[in-house]
Amino acid sequence: MADRVPVGVNVNGTNYARDVEPRDLLVYFLREDLGLTGTHVGCDTSQCGACTVLIDGRPVKSCTMFAVQANGRQITTVEGLATNGELTPLQEAFWNEHGLQCGFCTPGFLMTATALLQSNPSPTEEQIRKGLEGNLCRCTGYANIVRAVQSASKAMSAGAGVATPEPVLGRA
Amino acid sequence: MAISQMIGARIHRREDPHLITGGGRYVEDLVRPGTLAMAVVRSPHAHARIKRIDATAAQAIPGVVAVLTAADFKPLLTGTHPVAPAFVAQKQTVPQRFPIADEEAVFQGEPVAVVIADNRKLATDGAQAVDVEYEPLPAVMDLFKALEPDSPRAHLGQVDNLAWDLTYAPEDTVKDAFVQAEVVVKERILQQRLAPVPIEPRGVVAEFNSFEDQLTITMATQNPHFIRLFVSGALGMPETKVRVISHDVGGGFGSKISPYPEDYLVAATAKLLKRPVRWIETRTESIQTTTHGRGQVFDVELAARRDGSLLALKVTQYLDAGAYVGTFGAFQPVACLLSGGAYKWPGGIAARTIGVLTNRVPTDPYRGAGRPEATHLVERMIDKLAQEIGMDPAAVRQKNFIRPEEFPFTNNFGLVYDSGNYNGSLERALELAGYADFRQRQERARKEGRYLGIGLSTWIEICGFGPSAATAPATGGMALVESAQVRVHPTGSAQVIVGTHAHGQGHDTTFAQIAADTLGLPYESIEIRHGDTAEGAAFGYGTYGSRSLAVGGMAVRTAGKQIVAKAHKIAANMLEAAADDVVFDQGRFHVKGNPGNAKSMGEVAFAAYGAGLPEGTDHGLEATSYFDPPNFVWPFGAHICEVEVDPATGEVQLQKYVAVDDCGNVINPLVVEGQLHGGIAQGIAQALFEEVAYDPDTGQLMSGSLAEYLVPTANEIPTPVLDRTVTPTPSNELGVKGIGEAGTIAASAAVINAIVDALQPLGISHVDMPASPDRLWKQIREAQEGVRA
Repeated sequence: MADRVPVGVNVNGTNYARDVEPRDLLVYFLREDLGLTGTHVGCDTSQCGACTVLIDGRPVKSCTMFAVQANGRQITTVEGLATNGELTPLQEAFWNEHGLQCGFCTPGFLMTATALLQSNPSPTEEQIRKGLEGNLCRCTGYANIVRAVQSASKAMSAGAGVATPEPVLGRA
Repeated sequence: MAISQMIGARIHRREDPHLITGGGRYVEDLVRPGTLAMAVVRSPHAHARIKRIDATAAQAIPGVVAVLTAADFKPLLTGTHPVAPAFVAQKQTVPQRFPIADEEAVFQGEPVAVVIADNRKLATDGAQAVDVEYEPLPAVMDLFKALEPDSPRAHLGQVDNLAWDLTYAPEDTVKDAFVQAEVVVKERILQQRLAPVPIEPRGVVAEFNSFEDQLTITMATQNPHFIRLFVSGALGMPETKVRVISHDVGGGFGSKISPYPEDYLVAATAKLLKRPVRWIETRTESIQTTTHGRGQVFDVELAARRDGSLLALKVTQYLDAGAYVGTFGAFQPVACLLSGGAYKWPGGIAARTIGVLTNRVPTDPYRGAGRPEATHLVERMIDKLAQEIGMDPAAVRQKNFIRPEEFPFTNNFGLVYDSGNYNGSLERALELAGYADFRQRQERARKEGRYLGIGLSTWIEICGFGPSAATAPATGGMALVESAQVRVHPTGSAQVIVGTHAHGQGHDTTFAQIAADTLGLPYESIEIRHGDTAEGAAFGYGTYGSRSLAVGGMAVRTAGKQIVAKAHKIAANMLEAAADDVVFDQGRFHVKGNPGNAKSMGEVAFAAYGAGLPEGTDHGLEATSYFDPPNFVWPFGAHICEVEVDPATGEVQLQKYVAVDDCGNVINPLVVEGQLHGGIAQGIAQALFEEVAYDPDTGQLMSGSLAEYLVPTANEIPTPVLDRTVTPTPSNELGVKGIGEAGTIAASAAVINAIVDALQPLGISHVDMPASPDRLWKQIREAQEGVRA
């Protein structure tokens, strides 16, 4: 088999050094070498966006990139959004607005929308839809995903993440 | 007992926290040390003789453990792929199916060999190195040519390509009505093949424990118990030795109901090699080999009077079964039985279904399965009639609806509709859509050369499968009832293990709502479990056909009531009162007239595991119930779509989408609305974008990736305006129907009717799906030239 080459990345604040095959895609490196299975594989042609992660803050479909190309980069995956069990306003909004059903595409949407709100904290509905066009969802018809992004945008502008959602039955 | 506040409450799903933090447990996330990967070598031809398989090069790759072909699997797997024998008597040709092709491959993507290797990459390398020599054979692709006597056969040596030919009601049934008719409209309506495209492809992991002779299969499926039934049978193992587990499932839409070749191949290989084996489908494989939906052609004639009174209908369904009859493929002729829709047909309905074998992947249920086809054909024909006689399409519908006082209503095929208020949902939808003003806006727009249209779809469906008496004969003996087991632990927490298996529908939340109210325990104390054949009742029937609530939810309810009945006796004993003098209210048992002297369900649960139970009472507090519904349930509603068509490009803009649906009582409105949003999107997708396309001569798949198979994005799907009416079913105590497929069943007709309405000035009276810009542009150009000429 091909020679393995070293790769060093920072994922969700932790440094990792691994030897990989040059042909290893970043998404499989994250899933299989680092055990971060929240990033999903939904297609083989970079259409579905389920594998979207942030690389140095920018959303990238991690199936379009080799692991070796990520050498030295800062990567954020869905596992890195919540800190100490505290959800981000966007994660809260996906929950509150029923922005997911089967949940398989959700990590990709969360990462794309996180980047969208960072670059444009108050997007219009059209900008949200345009911004999410690289991600496919088969369950929700996108209605509640768009609402979730709108609602997160409001929550973030109201208090930069300190807005406490209404108490909700069913949360233990 | 009082139904408390949980049923009907808009509560947020308890499924979500782990799914939004990367904690989902989908099959590809399962890691077992020493797992081997399987890759499948597939036929590149639609139809070919397999002359030779040379695995030498593959076996030479370090890390490749085995290359297996049909010859290797024959001693391991017995029997053939199951097919629900809905039409046994009428069946002409049902080809036997072994999970892997032997001498002949009959569709592109059929497994020919499998490669087992140390990891995914090596297995893929190995699969690419397997050298298969094929002799291509003529591919049967066209439904009508396939039925000609001199057509090549989809399988060598087959008598013909006719899978089935069944007449539900002969043309004689409607002869008089067609003679009396003042107007007859005809159309050939196409239902293109669709790929279900759950965002999680299929996947199977099997582990064989030779010490215990125990096989554990973890996979993405909608019904673990059926998979266990089929796979254990094929492997010659008792069901006790096979366990099927399914954790989180990333969508199904019908495509994860039936067993697939890879389920058998992975299981047999794990048993053979005594190592865990894993296969994860790629998206290319998914579009190529996961069952497709629809794939039908309908020839329809409608007879009516000039005043808009409907008389009779003639329907012939040609169904592309694919190269084998799908396990539940024979369900789809239900489209014939529902072709009358929400209307009365005093002159009868003639219906015939013809199943045709082709060299494509088999068709099987896909969200709606038969009901979207029925709705599309009848709603299209109603609009064609309205156009023909110059009557408002809403008025034609209102004139012919089954009225609320006519329920229960027996349709032309003996099916009994439970309850409905069809005009109620239509009136509300017309109001929300601004229908009264629309025609003026349309008129103004036409003067400006713009094409606005509005389309109605007043849909009904059959769901909640199903009564054992009706379903068992159609499935080869297995009824589609549903099970639930409730176990109340000593400290008052309860596990409810259900036989359904959610893949996005939110059962962990909604079933807990039902259980909490039934048991009188806090919602937080209830845990819902599903997706593991080693837990709960001996059999579960799975999640599909909008059945989980009306059948499975009712099983939760009936098992819960058995718990309450037992707890009632124990509580009376604790209260030193006669059972008849004790009432159960808000989770507490108390003596009538003395609510202060009460025992909570939690206290009774503790007592149930202690000493001093009433004589003749077993210890423990658990119950198992199988719910067999007395009838199907029949949701309904009215969808209205407004479009603008750009005649220069053929592009359709969805301006507004209104849906007023009625699924009886609602357990959780948040979940119901979510199901509608997604269902409507899939119906719109069929109307405008999606089509599995094959080369008509060679049978090569031309839409083999998501670059060609156009699943819509957030840009294409508007947020629909939703409302509902509530007409409970009398068929179950909760008064609930189903909502999982409603949106898809309704939407395609609303969209296409709107497009045809927009293009009426050009003399266009029908548009086929998908109404893609290129197809529509051509049709508009031809019509414009026709108008000018």
